[in-house]
Amino acid sequence: MRLRTLVLREIFERRSQLLTSFLAILLGITVIVSIKNISHYSEMAVAREMDSLGANVLVLPKSATLQDYYAADMQGETIPEEYVTTLAMSDLAGLDNISPKLSLPVELGGKTFTLTGILPKSEFQAKAAWQGAGIFSRPIGCGASVGMMGSDDKKTLARKRVIETLEDNEVLVGADVAATLGLKDADKLDVLGKTFSVTAVLPQTGTVDDSRIFAHLHVVQDLSHKGPVINAIEVVGCCQEISKGLVEKINHLLPDAKVVTVAQIAASQINVNRMMANLSLMFLVIIVFVGGASIANYMYANVFERRREIGTLMALGANSGLVLRIFLLKALILGLAGGIGGYVLGTILAVTLGPKLAGVVVLPMPLLALLAVGISVGLALAASYFPARRAARLDPCATFQEV
Amino acid sequence: MLRMENVSKTYRHRGHVVKALDGATLHIAGGDFVSVVGPSGSGKSTLLLMLGGMLSPSDGRVLLEAASVYDLSPSERAKMRREKVGFVFQTFNLVPYLSALENVQVPLFLAKMGEKAQQDRATALLERVGLADRLDHKPGELSVGQQQRVALARMLANDPAVILADEPTGNLDPDTSQQIIGFLEEFNAEGKTIVMVTHDPRAAKRAKRTLRLLDGAITCQSAGEQAGWQPDSAVA
Repeated sequence: MRLRTLVLREIFERRSQLLTSFLAILLGITVIVSIKNISHYSEMAVAREMDSLGANVLVLPKSATLQDYYAADMQGETIPEEYVTTLAMSDLAGLDNISPKLSLPVELGGKTFTLTGILPKSEFQAKAAWQGAGIFSRPIGCGASVGMMGSDDKKTLARKRVIETLEDNEVLVGADVAATLGLKDADKLDVLGKTFSVTAVLPQTGTVDDSRIFAHLHVVQDLSHKGPVINAIEVVGCCQEISKGLVEKINHLLPDAKVVTVAQIAASQINVNRMMANLSLMFLVIIVFVGGASIANYMYANVFERRREIGTLMALGANSGLVLRIFLLKALILGLAGGIGGYVLGTILAVTLGPKLAGVVVLPMPLLALLAVGISVGLALAASYFPARRAARLDPCATFQEV
Repeated sequence: MLRMENVSKTYRHRGHVVKALDGATLHIAGGDFVSVVGPSGSGKSTLLLMLGGMLSPSDGRVLLEAASVYDLSPSERAKMRREKVGFVFQTFNLVPYLSALENVQVPLFLAKMGEKAQQDRATALLERVGLADRLDHKPGELSVGQQQRVALARMLANDPAVILADEPTGNLDPDTSQQIIGFLEEFNAEGKTIVMVTHDPRAAKRAKRTLRLLDGAITCQSAGEQAGWQPDSAVA
């Protein structure tokens, strides 16, 4: 006979009475775990989406629109290149990367492509689609995608070389440009009367970048005869800082430019996440009140029902501490069972329903087991404490028939 | 062994003061077998509870061996009950979800005995009361007589010096009652001090002496059958 035996035997003997409380806590934890699990993967999907967009804040000329930018940023308006320096020299937090661009339409082989001037290193940092191998990985929490890690070494080296050695006579060509013009590495390419050497053919990205020819920004400026101007500055801003008003701060710094965030592209996903977070909070409140009340009610009834048994234990030499431990151990077992069961059920629900509800693939999160068990055990112990204390203070005279 | 010195117990019930025990004084020597009789509500169980350290008196002192029971801390009193007092109840008070063996193990578990030793001792005690073939039966699967025998085995578990029995035959048929009283006599013969509350005159007569209570007061003490039954005599 051990304390555990005593408690477990009682639980199994009267399991039907315990069922309601167990179900209340089990279902509450199930819902919390499934919502947390789905919203985690949904948030990751948003982060990936933001990564795929590369920059998440754009500095554009006043008259330009987002549509202009996504149509290869070839709007006629320009902004001075010195804005880049202004941003770089500012003390704004959360500016992970700044990438100025100037784009010109060019006719090659009977098709129109885009000649885009970039400042190499920063341009590549901004483009998540080209990041690879974590060379330019962004800080965790700012949308960095772990899925980007460990890509092909050869490509990584190629990109690194390109980034560091992009000279005035060098260009990088997008996959569509290379396919149309039959270009490969080290080929020559004449653009606007200047001969360039193709340093690398970039992998397919499925974006407008596949139709671009990248050259050094200052060379493109010379070819455009527009002087030291740019069409856009792509800013990779830390998501947390964006939510804290980074866009407004940049706008304040550059009042003559238009500063927009591209977060609205992932707006529906963000809305789903917000709804999930609210639901999660709501269920937490429900489980605390309904689950807690159910457990407390059950425990009080259990103490009342067992007062003769408690009195007998006291007559046999049990002290108040032991009686308290009997009821708290029961609450602990209830909490553990509810927490573990809720985690398992919640995870199954999340993995099954996640793709349908949030459109994302959901995988089990072992860390949520700690959260589930923590909430469940904490709640069961808190709700049982006062009934357990009442049991410990019971008058053992109830043991005797006549007083 | 057991002593009550001018002990009173009063309750408040719906605004009225009820005297459950009124200035009771008695001395029970080691090895004595005392039956306590009296009408319902006369204070018999109150007296038993106080002797067992379960109910503190409003006035007076209760001593077990040399210790004043209610001057001990609650945990010391629990320890005293665990080591020196064995209770027998009218309704047996077995834990319904435990087997006979496990019920007898409870006091041994409370005394922190190892699990194997608990099982050995509990098995031996159940064999002693003739229940060797009922070790794994739950109380609901036993007759009332068998349940009371399990309760006797449980009471003996920690080898108490004092046995306090509250109507131990109250729920039993005459034959089983005789069997239980026989066990109590056997334990008394082994040197245990027994105080037994009973309504049954035949059971009371089997004790060495009888205390009669009326309205919370000990009205007389008399010798039992063992010493030659006599009618009520002087009050202590």
